[in-house]
Amino acid sequence: MSDLLDDPTPGQNLPEFSVSEISGEIKRTLEGAFGRVRVKGEVGRVFRARSGHLYFDIKDDRNVLACTTWKGQVAALSVVPEEGMEVVVTGRLTAFGGQSKYNLNVDEVAVAGQGALMALLEQRKKQLAAEGLFAPERKKPLPYLPGIVGVVTSPSGAVIRDILHRLRDRFPRKVLIWPVAVQGANCAPEVARAIAGFNRLTPGGALPRPDLIIVARGGGSVEDLWGFNEEIVARAAAASDIPLISAVGHETDTTLIDYVADMRAPTPTAAAELAVPVRLELMAWADGMGARLSRAATLGITQRRQRLGDLGRALPRGEALLDSPRQRLDWLADRLPQALTHGVQRRRVQLSETAGGLRPSALRALLARRRDRLAAARLSLMPLSREIARGRDRIATLSQRLDAAQGTRLDRLRRQLEATDRLRETLSYKATLERGYAVVRAGDQLITGATAARTAAALEIEFHDGRVRALPEGGSEPDAPAAPRKAGRPKTPPPEQGSLF
Amino acid sequence: MSDTPVEQMSFEQAMKELEAVVGQLERGDVALDQSIALYERGAALKKRCEDELKRAEEKVAAITLDAEGAPTGTKPVEGL
Repeated sequence: MSDLLDDPTPGQNLPEFSVSEISGEIKRTLEGAFGRVRVKGEVGRVFRARSGHLYFDIKDDRNVLACTTWKGQVAALSVVPEEGMEVVVTGRLTAFGGQSKYNLNVDEVAVAGQGALMALLEQRKKQLAAEGLFAPERKKPLPYLPGIVGVVTSPSGAVIRDILHRLRDRFPRKVLIWPVAVQGANCAPEVARAIAGFNRLTPGGALPRPDLIIVARGGGSVEDLWGFNEEIVARAAAASDIPLISAVGHETDTTLIDYVADMRAPTPTAAAELAVPVRLELMAWADGMGARLSRAATLGITQRRQRLGDLGRALPRGEALLDSPRQRLDWLADRLPQALTHGVQRRRVQLSETAGGLRPSALRALLARRRDRLAAARLSLMPLSREIARGRDRIATLSQRLDAAQGTRLDRLRRQLEATDRLRETLSYKATLERGYAVVRAGDQLITGATAARTAAALEIEFHDGRVRALPEGGSEPDAPAAPRKAGRPKTPPPEQGSLF
Repeated sequence: MSDTPVEQMSFEQAMKELEAVVGQLERGDVALDQSIALYERGAALKKRCEDELKRAEEKVAAITLDAEGAPTGTKPVEGL
């Protein structure tokens, strides 16, 4: 019982608030702790009260924040919030004790969200473009008529239905759907895996590989489509060996995958139109081709037949071909004997004309002319004798010069000889003989000493004016043979000198 | 004229070839024996195209995935 009443018990010192007191405390705490704040979120419900005050919510995927803008503040807002708008609001956090609620007194609203996301998207776009992933030469041509079309999309919903309907209208094909989440956190990895997975399938296998991939999603907000702006999706699409059509969002929504896809379709339906041609048109085309083919072939034969007929008619009779040559032959055969006679006659005339000019007088005249020329050129002795006379003069001149030269030379030699002889005379021993000396000889030998003289048989003494024979004392008989002659002078006394004794 | 046998041509190849053959025949500047061969080839090409067009069939299947997201098989999709 006692528990039902709040009796203060000793030792219990928790303060006790009244509701208004705690409400005021909370309000003060909130306002003090947060002050002025900026909050980003999506505008939810908007309510404008009759009083002129504006009440609205801003929210994210889990929580909601109540916002209030008083009548006097509304006019100052740059943007009036509308439901679904991404905004950043600024204001003071406060509490409303009357409803046990806290709210934000907003005095400023700005549109947000897209700017930041778009900046991120631009940055990725630049990077991938720099890597060349958007290059036109990377784009693969779409197959004209794919056997199997692979579709990466949500298996439920309008998108796959639109694609299948349009394919059915144009050209029914085999379609393989790879189910993926088309928004939220799973979207990007699942789409990337689906594109890579389709590429890994083998053509004609249990799971046949498609000839064409369509990545499709219906329209939505930038955030809804954001998965298709993720880099892994763009890279998977760029790496795909199978030609790929992107059909994400509406025509105005361009996502990153649209840049790397081989073809971008504005809508899923348009993707189906790009994927296959119209079967009925092709059948009509094939029929038309068949018709043209047979017509052309028939026409070719008809034309040839006609031409053949024309040419056949224009072909002349075989005999007619021979008529003209035969006539020529006749005509020529006629002329042949005549031609022979004419030829002989013409030559005969030519002969007689030529022979007419051939006469002895002509030869004679020629001979006389030659003789005249010979006479004119008679050989003369005059120049020859002139030449001889000139030669003779030259010989005379030259022999005179020779004599003169010879005489001069002889004189010179004679004078030289005389001078030399005079010199010889001065050097001769004969001059010494005149001074009283004598030369003693024995026979041919010169005796220069007494010993030699004693042994000599006979001596001959030469004076300047003649020679005297003498016998040495104790000498042997005269006319003894002389000593060997080898060193002697080859001079023998002249025989006439003996007559002096 | 390509050397690929007509039976192995893709639809698009057969189309282009057929157009070329018809054009050549229509110009009428081919020899007679060649034009007969051309006609026969044209007929074969046309048949190839028509066969492909007749083979239009719709079969829609969705790929089934295991827990890791790897394909395990297909299941037919009806009513779309």
